[in-house]
Amino acid sequence: MSILVIAEHVKGELKGATLATIAAAQQLGDQIDVLVAGSDCAEGADQAAKAAGVTRVLVAENAAYDHLLAENTALLIAELAKDYSHVLAPATTNGKNVLPRAAALLDVQAISDVSAVISEDTFQRPIYAGNIIATVQTSDPIKMLTVRTTAFDPVPAEGGSATVEKLDSVHQTDLSEYKGEEVAKSDRPELTAAGVIISGGRGMQNGDNFEMLYRIADKLGAAVGASRAAVDAGFVSNDMQVGQTGKIVAPDLYIAVGISGAIQHLAGMKDSKVIVAINKDPDAPIFQVADYGLVADLFKALPELEAAL
Amino acid sequence: MKILVAVKRVADYNVKVRPKSDHSGPDLANVKMAINPFCEIAVEEAVRLKEQGIATEVVAVSLGPQAAQEQIRTALALGADRGILVQTDVALEPLGVAKCLKALCDKENPDLVLLGKQAIDGDNNQTGQMLAALTGYAQATFASQITVGEGQLEVIREVDGGLQTIAIKLPAIVTSDLRLNEPRYASLPNIMKAKKKPIDSTTPEELGVDVAPRTQLLKAELPPERKAGIKVEDVAQLVDKLKNEAKVIS
Repeated sequence: MSILVIAEHVKGELKGATLATIAAAQQLGDQIDVLVAGSDCAEGADQAAKAAGVTRVLVAENAAYDHLLAENTALLIAELAKDYSHVLAPATTNGKNVLPRAAALLDVQAISDVSAVISEDTFQRPIYAGNIIATVQTSDPIKMLTVRTTAFDPVPAEGGSATVEKLDSVHQTDLSEYKGEEVAKSDRPELTAAGVIISGGRGMQNGDNFEMLYRIADKLGAAVGASRAAVDAGFVSNDMQVGQTGKIVAPDLYIAVGISGAIQHLAGMKDSKVIVAINKDPDAPIFQVADYGLVADLFKALPELEAAL
Repeated sequence: MKILVAVKRVADYNVKVRPKSDHSGPDLANVKMAINPFCEIAVEEAVRLKEQGIATEVVAVSLGPQAAQEQIRTALALGADRGILVQTDVALEPLGVAKCLKALCDKENPDLVLLGKQAIDGDNNQTGQMLAALTGYAQATFASQITVGEGQLEVIREVDGGLQTIAIKLPAIVTSDLRLNEPRYASLPNIMKAKKKPIDSTTPEELGVDVAPRTQLLKAELPPERKAGIKVEDVAQLVDKLKNEAKVIS
């Protein structure tokens, strides 16, 4: 087995999602190469080489692959994939954008959101918003997967000593052009990397009230999330959304505040280690998955919680 | 501008689908079927572009059993002009769907193909990207805003970190995210009118596409159940439990 992992890196920093994807790759074999593509990728490549379990780091340093623009990057992946039994990318928006495109170029049916590796050709993945876990077997010669990163414990970021090789091939299609990004600026950790998350739902009533969550988050070193109901109501921006169609998270501690617990939200957070629910409705479905439930008015409970921490 | 929009027949989003008792697949007996919500958003976007005078024709395509005609009728009632059903009883995978859509693109020559970012049954999130690969067109997935320019589109995409803007050349493939628009309800007169709009029927074989599945579903089971924990009396007890029992805060 030889496995190619598509790395995700931002401004020279290798994302944790890549380390979790390498962990999934380790369950398939021990020849693991990591592709780092884009301009300014020296640092990302360096970090990938240090990650545990990596054999080789392939560096495609070219602006054509910046932001993993799908049209160019898929051509590169398809070119490299022929030498591998498996190609894995994290199931991030970048991974989901580029990997299926590369798979179709190779006439391969990709497998999305793999949550467990059963064997070299058999995988588990959630379907129907996580209501069903499907075990699927593929007959394609190259297995192309996106990996649900919360389902795999990331490999250590240090301890490896992979060789680094430069790739020369450049695929520049000019079909698409990156114009810019509106990234939420915050000193708090990223949702998908946070050990503690506190999320608000429709019960927060408006965006200003999220200030209460931010204050508690700062005391806990937590990230702040939201339910789809809170995002759709315009309280906060979409990048904070936790759920089947938002971010999938699995922190050590997840605190759901004023969230009823719709299926779509539960699908995004129910793998958290400890779940706390604060809701004034004792029958809210969120209590069915909560380790600790507090039936209370959040406008009374949150200031108390802030004071107690 | 001619727009092709793909719609999928799926279990209604309000239904909690469970595995069959023999674990052979999802239990869809007597389940209400509907148009996939993301596909509905794609149809709405296409119709809005037509209403703005940007699109000249909107063609709705569905692939699946004969009954998928119902979802094409839904798209026609929302404002699509005509429909195409690619009829098959094979359980199609994204690659097979993308190949059929590619064959239709060769016939219809659309400037823009709109799809949902994923279907809420298989949750694959692949078909648009695969169609883009097979046609060699540019792609914009997870679109939350589309602005049509001269020979190109500017698309705002919902990515992990926030919102990303890209410009893509036409013809192009765009997949819709939740916040692209809010689909209208079809009015009764439009539902009646939709019954008279034409739907052509073809098959993967007629399109020259092999849709034999590459993957096999070995088992469909319930996810591990999470047990409900305890109710705490107040914030003080909650903090105590988190510190001393769960040991997740210090």
